Amino acid sequence: MKKSFDVLIVGIGGQGTILASNVLGDACVIEGRHVRGAETHGMSQRGGSVETHIRIDGKFGSLIAPGTADLLIAFDVLEALRYRHFLKPDGVMVVNREMVVPTSVFSGKLPVPKMEDVEAELNKGTTKVVLVNATEIAVQAGNPLAANIVLLGAASHTLPLAAESLFQAVRRNVPSKTVTVNEKAFSLGKEAV
Amino acid sequence: MAEETPKKYLLGNDGIAHACLEAGVDFVSGYPGTPSSEVVDKLRAQEDPWYYLEWSVNEKVAFENALAASWCGLRSIVTMKHVGLNVAADPLMTSAYTGTKGGFVVLSADDPFAHSSQNEQDSRMYAKFAQIPCLDPSSAQEAHDLTKTAFELSEKFSLPVLLRPTTRICHSKGDVTLGKPAPSTRTGAFVKDPKQYVVIPAHTRPLHVILTKKQPEVAKYLVESGLNSAKIRGRKAVIAGGISNSYVEEIIPDDISLIKISAYPIDQKWLAGILAQHTEVLVVEELMPVIEEAVLQASSATIVHGKLDGYLPHEGEYSPALVAAAFEKAGFGINSYPASPEKAPVAVRPPILCAGCLHRSVFYAMKKVFKDGVFPSDIGCYTLGLQLGAVDTTICMGASITIGSGISHACPGTDVVSTIGDSTFLHTGVNGLINAVYNNASQTVIILDNRITAMTGHQPNPNTGINARGEISPKISLEELARACGVSFVETVDPYDLTYLLATLREAKEKPGVKVIIAKQPCVIMNKRLGIKRNKFVVDTEKCTKCGACLKYGCPAIETDESGASVITQLCTGCGVCADICPAGAIHRGGARQ
Repeated sequence: MKKSFDVLIVGIGGQGTILASNVLGDACVIEGRHVRGAETHGMSQRGGSVETHIRIDGKFGSLIAPGTADLLIAFDVLEALRYRHFLKPDGVMVVNREMVVPTSVFSGKLPVPKMEDVEAELNKGTTKVVLVNATEIAVQAGNPLAANIVLLGAASHTLPLAAESLFQAVRRNVPSKTVTVNEKAFSLGKEAV
Repeated sequence: MAEETPKKYLLGNDGIAHACLEAGVDFVSGYPGTPSSEVVDKLRAQEDPWYYLEWSVNEKVAFENALAASWCGLRSIVTMKHVGLNVAADPLMTSAYTGTKGGFVVLSADDPFAHSSQNEQDSRMYAKFAQIPCLDPSSAQEAHDLTKTAFELSEKFSLPVLLRPTTRICHSKGDVTLGKPAPSTRTGAFVKDPKQYVVIPAHTRPLHVILTKKQPEVAKYLVESGLNSAKIRGRKAVIAGGISNSYVEEIIPDDISLIKISAYPIDQKWLAGILAQHTEVLVVEELMPVIEEAVLQASSATIVHGKLDGYLPHEGEYSPALVAAAFEKAGFGINSYPASPEKAPVAVRPPILCAGCLHRSVFYAMKKVFKDGVFPSDIGCYTLGLQLGAVDTTICMGASITIGSGISHACPGTDVVSTIGDSTFLHTGVNGLINAVYNNASQTVIILDNRITAMTGHQPNPNTGINARGEISPKISLEELARACGVSFVETVDPYDLTYLLATLREAKEKPGVKVIIAKQPCVIMNKRLGIKRNKFVVDTEKCTKCGACLKYGCPAIETDESGASVITQLCTGCGVCADICPAGAIHRGGARQ
């Protein structure tokens, strides 16, 4: 039934999930392959949890069913946890080792989650977990905002797309002033895994 | 055939906008509303456009402007979200009678699951109600293709055509093949014809007869042109509409027929012919059972499954797994999707007001002064004030001041404080203000003035000083407008000046009648884009008593460290309201601007 390679990109509104998904979508177009994607727009973007679905070789709907995603790219460890049920049992997650604690935790005086506990929880399942210090690597590349592209570099080993197509798509989709930084971010991300 | 350009990875809404260019659109209007807003935004980003374009003050105004352009022979499109069509319903209903000249497309984007909306209404019902054709795309490519079809269809039958994408079309992307833009050289000319355009009773009665006559012709054409089609493959069939087709196509077995509905009205004779070839059908469509009712009407012996016998829900958004479950229930196939896996318990992260948003300080001050107040609110980012306990009602655009008036008349002595954004105030709020003063209601109205329509993507409005074409426009004075409505207490405040804001609210509380307070600060997202920076604030941890007063303010820039003392993060935009709130005086402006 399923013939597409399904990627869920999750994060917090404003972190650049849509740009990352545009790179994947454009890489598909570069390779002449079908692709479908679904995004979160509107009010949900105001610092809320956001999800972007990408179906490489997808010809039908853009939504990925829970339990069937091949790859989860998460910009935050808590968001990885929130969406991990989308992954198939032998799926892969590439996760930025960063945690933005939801404001609801502070205003509701809930216990603040600890990084080591969240990591341990992520590692409990059957899926392969790849944790990347993407923000640190992005700083090395020249801009912490390039963490999204670092993650794509790290995920490139798992993606059924040629690294050169992804590289070209990065160049075509990031703001023109940031091409060099993002090229470096992609390469460093790729090497980090 | 237009020469085709290479494929692009494109948003459904961008595909619709590009199709308008290919169709040589002459006139574009709309009011922003998720998920429809990007169509006009994309068209206004076009360099040297040959067409006229505007963001209008509301959907009724936008509709009537575009209708007039069509009457002048121009190709026009008006865009809105589904609930916007309620505002434009008055001209919609009668425009079917008057008919159109230049192709007239009414884009009304539906929002199953109410991702960004107050309800899940189905625009296809409006098309049926108004007796106009409706096109319902199933993918980003079809959204593009059907937009062009909509202009042609409108011209063929001289009717407005409703284009009804849903959120998963508007905000989905796909590899889309585009055509070439075809700049228009048409100029508009209004040819007087009172029998067509002046709908007095004597004129409207024959127009209704003409409209009725068009219906079977339209239905027949929608089949002949292939918009509604059937692949007969067995004795069982799935009949699917719009986006549901994409879910069905992914899982349908080879021996089940697939009837695809992309356009309405459905030809009942054609449908009856198909049903006669099948013993059992499953109808798959989001929201209202529009197709299912047509199927039941056309069917004699065929067993029909769908919403009405509980196989599929009336509410929310469909998905591949949900459709597969209905297939299995109906015996049409096996559901091979895994049972919904368990979700990890993680603290919720709903959208929240940005750090430094003017709305937050207004809500804080309002709750402090009006402890037992009732707080009607409206549609915008500020609806998020619900999380701060500062929003008691929200129903539709402009319904803050009106609900406030109703409460003030129904419950005399109640402190009513209504909040409404500048764009919403100019959309339909001002009518409520006029009525409140006229009928002597008692309430405080706070206009949250960030000078932009923020939630939908920062579109300009008459309060911005610029229009959608980038031309400087006279900036409307909300103060003078409120005074012209008959309000005598009109005060403009800086919401970052908490002391003055509190004092102004206390003053308003003591006065009878309708009071208007205009809280003015630009949207912080716009500030960021324009490079306007303020020094960030810092907490003096020695002075912090860990009382939690700043945390309760709910700003995403305020967290606690391991000791429980407050800290201010990089998200701080320097509004400084938390420094005024801190009872220990532990928060102060920090160093360099970042």
